[in-house]
Amino acid sequence: MALSLAIDGLHAGYGAVKALRGIAIGVESGETVALLGTNGNGKSTLMKCIMGLVRPDSGSITLTIDGAAHDLTRLTTEQIVDLGVALVPEGRRLFPKLTVKENLMLGAFRKTARGAIDRNLALAFETFPVLKEREHQLAGTMSGGQQQMLAIARALMSSPRLLLIDEPSVGLSPLLVSQTIAKIGELKARVGLTVLMAEQNFNQAIRIADRGYIIVHGEIAVAARSVDDLKANDIVKRLYLGGVA
Amino acid sequence: MTARHNSIVFWAGIAVFLVAVMAMTQLVRNEYPFFAGYVILQFIVLSVAWSILGGYAGYVNFGTNAFFGVGVYTAVALFKVSGAPLVVQIAAAAVVGMLLGLAVGLLTLRMRGIFFSIATIALAIIIETTVMNWRFVGGAAGIQLQRPPVTEPFDSYVKMLFFVQGVLVVIAVAIARYIQNSRIGRGLQALRDDELAAECTGVPTLKLKLVACMISGGLIAAGGAPAAMYLQYADPSSAFNLSYSVSVLAMALIGGTAHWIGPVLGAILLGTTQQLLAVTISSEVNVLVLGIMLVVFVVVAPKGIIGLLRPRYRLRAGGKA
Repeated sequence: MALSLAIDGLHAGYGAVKALRGIAIGVESGETVALLGTNGNGKSTLMKCIMGLVRPDSGSITLTIDGAAHDLTRLTTEQIVDLGVALVPEGRRLFPKLTVKENLMLGAFRKTARGAIDRNLALAFETFPVLKEREHQLAGTMSGGQQQMLAIARALMSSPRLLLIDEPSVGLSPLLVSQTIAKIGELKARVGLTVLMAEQNFNQAIRIADRGYIIVHGEIAVAARSVDDLKANDIVKRLYLGGVA
Repeated sequence: MTARHNSIVFWAGIAVFLVAVMAMTQLVRNEYPFFAGYVILQFIVLSVAWSILGGYAGYVNFGTNAFFGVGVYTAVALFKVSGAPLVVQIAAAAVVGMLLGLAVGLLTLRMRGIFFSIATIALAIIIETTVMNWRFVGGAAGIQLQRPPVTEPFDSYVKMLFFVQGVLVVIAVAIARYIQNSRIGRGLQALRDDELAAECTGVPTLKLKLVACMISGGLIAAGGAPAAMYLQYADPSSAFNLSYSVSVLAMALIGGTAHWIGPVLGAILLGTTQQLLAVTISSEVNVLVLGIMLVVFVVVAPKGIIGLLRPRYRLRAGGKA
């Protein structure tokens, strides 16, 4: 299934604060694209714009599925979920007082997702066996790593074609970050997902990314065609690799 | 226990309740139990209705008195215009309550937490002031109402009102139970836990909140409508009394809001206590007792009576687990 996301000239903000200033990025079918940048550069705002949680001031967000173009800036979040976009929000944002199973079932809240509940549940439990073991535990009582797994699994419950992941590494130990990233890579290969991942952990993100963008102060500072391109970039060296540009 | 089995038990319970209420109106001669019972049943309706928005969705509505008063005055206005029968008064009050719920929801449900609560208090004050200046229904002085003749098989109007309020209890509980077990309920529970996360998973949060606000408002107004005929009198400061909001909130919280039975138990416990106190000491002491009970429950059983009965709900119902 062909799918692509194109964002152009996107401006967005919160009142007087402009978080995004003319963002242009693209994600093609089957790619894993990393959106790199340190805190406060607009990564989460961009993710929220795609999901319809934040309305942009101007610019376009177009999701093309099998040749049909959808203007996401005009759709509600529910409609965007129905199109096959799912977000794993920053900080996981689980339903802490609901059980693991209930969290997963809420991931399949939309009518469009209900037909595939059994298949998606099986996929989630197979990918993250710990969730099966803890099916009836309250989500808020699990460890950070388990919560992150649940957050990803919950997003999978809506049978997404485009998975947005906002900072999967936040609040996790280096070992867990590594495991989480590996799981995302594994899932992507298995389900044929297209992934856009916002991350500040450069070295972890490029393990599974095909290419990436670097966002600085709400603008795309670098658009790299490959991971090698990214590594060779001066800004990357200065910001992430400790090199002197 | 399966869902089907559960349903059979529930509807059997409902049938027993209705038969008991009906039998009581036919067998008991003394009118006082009906005067007191009516108020308790009314509070069951109000607190179950309140919990649909306040409990399931976690949006604490302080404007119960606004919806209640609107119910009362819809009945009054309709009765004055056309002498409409009680059932029509109640149905009209439910519709007006729902419309008010929709309007209020559109205006305030984008606000969260304490801001929503404050907005609902303001609403009650605005509507009360409006009614006070509405001459047709008596304005600030209130209005006397002459009850029409009672309908068979009841031998007194109060007994009939008691039965009618019993039917409203059944309707409110059935709706609350349905919502709790449905996708609407799960969506509301999700948005109570984390509204942003709920939106991310495709829960239409604003729509669900509006639905909850409309149903809650409609039921509260319906529960208030017979009060005009019960008192044979209506005035704005009683119909829009803030004590309705406070009592209903206390009943729901004391009973527990994670399950529909919570507000029912809370209303029975608190309503009965209030009625007993009103007879034995004075109705003024009610407020004091309400306050004390609320404090005791917050300390001893923060998840209400059902939190004590079923540990599962202790972890679930509102507040931080």
